[in-house]
Amino acid sequence: MNAPLPLATTAGRIALDRVSIRVGHGQDAFAAVQDVTLDIAPGEFVCLLGPSGCGKSTLLGALAGHLSPSAGALQVDGASVAGPSPQRGLVFQQHTLFPWRRVIDNVAFGLKMRGEPRAARHAAARELLALVGLAGFENRYPAQLSGGMQQRVEIARVLLGQPRVLLMDEPFGALDALTRLKMQQLLLDVWSRFGTTVVFVTHDIDEALFLADRILVMSPRPGRIVEDLRLPFTRPRDAALSTTADFAALKRHCLALLHHDAPTQPLPRLTPLGAPDVHALQFAI
Amino acid sequence: MRTRHPPSTTWVLPAASLLASVLLWQLLASTRPHLGLITFANAPSPREVLDAGWTLLQSPRLLFHLGHSLARVFAGFAAAAVAGIALGLAIGRFGWARGTLLPPLEVLRPIPAVAWIPLSVLLFPSSEVSMMFITFIGALFPILLATVHGVEGVDARLVASARSLGARRWRVFAEVIVPGAAPAMVTGLAIGMGTCWFCLVTAEMIAGQFGIGYYTWESYTLQNYPDIVVGMLLIGVLGMGSSALVRALGRLAMPWLGAAR
Repeated sequence: MNAPLPLATTAGRIALDRVSIRVGHGQDAFAAVQDVTLDIAPGEFVCLLGPSGCGKSTLLGALAGHLSPSAGALQVDGASVAGPSPQRGLVFQQHTLFPWRRVIDNVAFGLKMRGEPRAARHAAARELLALVGLAGFENRYPAQLSGGMQQRVEIARVLLGQPRVLLMDEPFGALDALTRLKMQQLLLDVWSRFGTTVVFVTHDIDEALFLADRILVMSPRPGRIVEDLRLPFTRPRDAALSTTADFAALKRHCLALLHHDAPTQPLPRLTPLGAPDVHALQFAI
Repeated sequence: MRTRHPPSTTWVLPAASLLASVLLWQLLASTRPHLGLITFANAPSPREVLDAGWTLLQSPRLLFHLGHSLARVFAGFAAAAVAGIALGLAIGRFGWARGTLLPPLEVLRPIPAVAWIPLSVLLFPSSEVSMMFITFIGALFPILLATVHGVEGVDARLVASARSLGARRWRVFAEVIVPGAAPAMVTGLAIGMGTCWFCLVTAEMIAGQFGIGYYTWESYTLQNYPDIVVGMLLIGVLGMGSSALVRALGRLAMPWLGAAR
């Protein structure tokens, strides 16, 4: 991989001005995010850290364009977010690869939607698959890959659209500890080449501290930003970082913030697509 | 988790069970017992059925009857597949289609296809077309229902991802909804194929002049009792075979389902 895709370091500024988001329907609707104002610089790696159900995934869903704010303005590079776009790539906790498409066609999907000819999109997809360490797996189906590999394909698929912003919703949350560490390293590696803005949702303090330039700590629902923490750690980072005294001190600080007003009972996890689905079949047999 | 059996039991037990059933049949047919509610006085024996089957196999009547039945099933099933999948996709995906198409279909759905026979004889001057219509009705609802369920079962996250990757309305439909619902459609098609045969045989017995269902009924009226069982077995084999064919074609069309780690 000698000629990486063009860098977009100047694009990807995110601006939220007093954004509130309600999710759910009718009487079940509630405020998941309240009055969030923040500014994220192009190329910044930001972690949204908060307890389960605090609305951090909701905020991510709004950035992706799958949810619309009930109040406030949400802009990327000065343009209001109206609906989903390849400019704002979204990675879910569980992969969303199309089971019926081979790995290479999953990765090339965005280019297909743009009308690129097959040879060109396969060449681009192959290049990105190599970058995430999956050369040789092009013709597998997603079901034939491990969980970590599936997320790598997912990341490659999103990156192929050359997004200004990469939105990740606990993307490594379902992986085992060792795979998660490898994936974090891989993500930092890929990010250093692409330089896109990353908004990474997690409830894992170690993960946030290891990855981020900046951690935004959110309160329990309705989610508000209670702390904007800039991390002093240099890059490139390796696993040894987590054993340093600075790391431990910041971790204690985050723990105290998250503990401060913990809800009496854990809230159900929200998704970037809104409230957890209670989908009733209307046409039952 | 499937338990592993030693290879012999996987076919020995079923084969022994089938053999025992034939022996029981032979016993009942040769002793001809009167058991009050049921009598075996006129039941043909396996040997007689085998002979009758062999005779039919060598006569041109077999292809004649089978040809008619297969043509009817094929026509009715093909129409039901097209209509069921198209309606199912629309109803499952679009609110306007659900609102307008679903109410009349919900009213018609509980009516068994067989109950349509008198009306369809009146509606269609050609008895051939009326029988095809009955098989169509029989297959339509299983295919329609399975397709609607398949569409509703498509993961909303896949749709969201497709849209994030730049797919617009119709591309989402073609690239995500249709392949996502495909496994359910194939299940519906296989079930529909079974009901097709069920309905066809009934329709032929009532309205037909040829066909394998008519043959079975004619054998009764002509007192060719062994031929009744030959007809029944043929219907069973054809129904089973055509459902298996549908599933096999489905597997060919969806190679990802067989993909294991």
